[in-house]
Amino acid sequence: MSEELHRIRLSVNGVTREVELPARRLLSDALRHDLGLTGTHVGCEHGVCGACTVLVDGQPVRACLMFAVSAVDTEITTVEGLTREDGSLGPVQQAFAECHGLQCGFCTPGFLTTVTACLRENPHPSHDEAREMVAGNLCRCTGYQNIVKAVERAAELADPQHPDGQRPVGQQPDAPVEVQR
Amino acid sequence: MTTKLMGQKVQRTEDQRFLRGQGRYVDDVHADPSTLHAAVLRSPHAHARILDIDMSDVLDVEGVHVVWTYEDLGPLSPEMAEPLPLLIPHPDLTQGRTQYALARDEVNYVGEAVAFVVAEDRYIAEDALDKIKVTWEVLPAVVGIEASRAAEHLVHDDVPGNVGARSEQNTGDVAAALARAPHRLHLELDIERSACTPLEGRGTVARWDADTNRLQVWTSTQTSTGVRAAVAVKLGLDLGQVDVITPDVGGGFGVKVMHPWPEELLVPLAARLLGRTVKFTEDRREHFISSAHERGQVQHIDVGFDDDGRIIGLDVMFWHDHGAYTPYGLIVPIITSTQLLGPYKPEVYRVVFESIYTNTVIVTPYRGAGRPQGCFAMERTMDKIAAYLGKDRTEVRAANFIQPDEFPFDQGLIFQDGRELEYDSGDYPASLVKLKKLIGWEEFPALREKMAAEGRTVGIGLACYVEGTGVGPYEGAHVHIETSGKVKVATGLTTQGQGHATVFAQLVADELGVRFEDVEVVTGDTRRMPYAVGTFASRAAVMSGSAIHLAAKRAKEKALRIAADALEVDEADLEIVDGVVQVKGSPGTRMDLGTVAVLSNPLRYAFDEASKAATQFAVGDPGKPPVAEDDEPGLEGKDFYSPQRATFASGMHAAIVETDPDTAEVTILKYAVVHDCGHLINPMIVEGQIHGGVAQGIGGALYERMAYDPSGQLLNASFMDFLMPYVTEIPDGIDIDHLETPSPLNPLGIKGAGEAGVIPVSAVVAAAIEDAEGFPITAMPISPSDLHTLRQEHTP
Repeated sequence: MSEELHRIRLSVNGVTREVELPARRLLSDALRHDLGLTGTHVGCEHGVCGACTVLVDGQPVRACLMFAVSAVDTEITTVEGLTREDGSLGPVQQAFAECHGLQCGFCTPGFLTTVTACLRENPHPSHDEAREMVAGNLCRCTGYQNIVKAVERAAELADPQHPDGQRPVGQQPDAPVEVQR
Repeated sequence: MTTKLMGQKVQRTEDQRFLRGQGRYVDDVHADPSTLHAAVLRSPHAHARILDIDMSDVLDVEGVHVVWTYEDLGPLSPEMAEPLPLLIPHPDLTQGRTQYALARDEVNYVGEAVAFVVAEDRYIAEDALDKIKVTWEVLPAVVGIEASRAAEHLVHDDVPGNVGARSEQNTGDVAAALARAPHRLHLELDIERSACTPLEGRGTVARWDADTNRLQVWTSTQTSTGVRAAVAVKLGLDLGQVDVITPDVGGGFGVKVMHPWPEELLVPLAARLLGRTVKFTEDRREHFISSAHERGQVQHIDVGFDDDGRIIGLDVMFWHDHGAYTPYGLIVPIITSTQLLGPYKPEVYRVVFESIYTNTVIVTPYRGAGRPQGCFAMERTMDKIAAYLGKDRTEVRAANFIQPDEFPFDQGLIFQDGRELEYDSGDYPASLVKLKKLIGWEEFPALREKMAAEGRTVGIGLACYVEGTGVGPYEGAHVHIETSGKVKVATGLTTQGQGHATVFAQLVADELGVRFEDVEVVTGDTRRMPYAVGTFASRAAVMSGSAIHLAAKRAKEKALRIAADALEVDEADLEIVDGVVQVKGSPGTRMDLGTVAVLSNPLRYAFDEASKAATQFAVGDPGKPPVAEDDEPGLEGKDFYSPQRATFASGMHAAIVETDPDTAEVTILKYAVVHDCGHLINPMIVEGQIHGGVAQGIGGALYERMAYDPSGQLLNASFMDFLMPYVTEIPDGIDIDHLETPSPLNPLGIKGAGEAGVIPVSAVVAAAIEDAEGFPITAMPISPSDLHTLRQEHTP
């Protein structure tokens, strides 16, 4: 009972890739195992934890709840696509580093993609709004308060009007000691 | 002079990888279509005999490579047909039982591994599982402590009364102590099961290299060396033929210290047989029903005390539900029984426990490892004494504290590591002063009054604990200074997000005098450090931290000796600053550490410009051998740290909670932590550990429970049904204050910090709810419907 395969094109992080897949292959599995983009993690496979969140046409989507074949003709952004072109960290990534918003790092890609999309929609969240932005993602390590801090910090870093918005990353006045790199 | 990094909030090195999606977790290894994938058929019954397994349709599924049941294992490796190891034997565990890698004749919990399939991908492997037909004879299931104690049915036919172990420790005649106490009270407490539930489940990848006759195993574990030894034994290989590599681990919290999981043996066995890379990654349901749980206990306490609340006699009996098998021995109940005492010194203490079988998932340590239950018992007792005497709850605790001038303090018991339970240092009265200030203990009555005027009900609670951290037997470290001046550090214990790459690099940079960014740390790779124990019991910083410090010291001593020789100065006049060896006060006379590394290794062949300096015509005294008899080539330092006994961190938490008069919803309004883990290496990381621990504690106190039905089916084996806290369930900000009473047991004066956050939370929340509602809280977790029921019961 050989499975029927579908040759499809997936556009991920601005690159179009051709893959041959059965119709039942989850987008999360296709990204990870067929395209080797292992930054997207699978934590529960039923859409609750949010670790596998990717952006599909800019909107956060749980990659474990979507078939790869239905992602044809969309623009997918994974955590690997959040880094700036020069290789430096994007504002959300930088904020998570500064605020110690991650520990084991497994749920982190889902938080990063989710927060990226939320801040695009609401670049100046209130504290409660910042909490709400991460309220659909599970983290077992951090206890969340540094993640909320990171959302607020990311808003500052992404805001050209904010004093830190223009500042090269790693040179924030109140950031923890950064002695590496 | 380089800034000292110990004690600084240094940003984490490993974050760069994680934030870019370049973390390397087990399922990321060999993430390509050539890897084969395994799936496991698991028992649908809590207790049943296997009458027949029909696999005739399975190999017809295209893409299936291997299908195994128990019968297939023996012919492949005789050891595989034996039960899995009982990892930590104990004389009191008279009825220890472990399962087989694949069930032989009988299953004892829903989720027990029955058959194993390897196929082209996980989808096909699961298709194949559906084709396996098992004929079962279903047996009565024993679920929960009550049913186990009743012993109407037995989990194992040959274990009478379902009792795996009965254990007792005492410090004197408790009956006499209780008899002479002016006041006596009795408590009955109940704590339900929860589970570690890391976001990354278990996983194993294995590759057999026929060209070198070696096996490589990647596994998501807290103990690479433990898995290595188990795999070697079970597959009939020499230890030297097996490498175990633990890459990034997506959370452990205890469950990944259990080993070997059946899949950690079956995957390597299949890889060797097939000559292909084989991978197993469990799914979330599998994690719930086939990894491990913890916490379930029933406790009975008799306490006798004087008018000040000073405990004269404390008599504790508890029953510990260890599930269907006992692979991890009695560690959890031993910790409960010994760490229950916390910062207090009752005149006489007796504890008896029974560790009992049920037809449910095995129990192994979960962050805190038996301490949350012990803390619950002791702190509920303190609150009950205070209520009985009409005293402030903090006063009763203060009356029982071990005093700062009493350390080291021997509690007169034997701890989980087989050593005396002797506390090394602490200052509990000082912690209490800090905590009362942090939570606003004295101001609370006014707050309660103000809230009551608004129609709101609030309560305050606190709890104290002591945590034995940094248990032995040992850890080691290897520090290698490369000819580039970069420093490669290897330690054998693993990492699960605690920031080891950062804190260990801080220690090396400080000791060796090199730049932090030049230090690279590898953990959990048996190729780099084959002698190690593992990451559990808040031991990484204490054990590997100390070993790394000592190894760096050795490397430094060698560097200074070689440099002194080359620069023709006295060793004592040299220092290392930013990776350069220089004469103190005369920095013109200097040599890069990299150059010292070149000189440390006498060469015949020059392979680059730098190495020319070390060839046979360039260096050395022709009258002596190039490498002295007591020396070895290379600029390396290796050392081990093995302590006499554990260190004892301590702390106290307090919370103010609000209970909703209608919905019985419990909201934590304020949470405060005073924490003493000795000297801090990186306060940012320690606070992160506390935040995470408190969140897990809140989950355990209010939400998490394993909802088994009477037939042994776990009804909430998904994230949809097992409630773990999201940000919405965690108070917005935890106030933390540190106290630093250094440990005299290790060179850095540190104690462990990994589990502190979780230990007292259930006790604190129970106390605060009790304070708000005015009736006793004796069972945790407590849901709104539980609280509602209690209200009904206590309404006159």
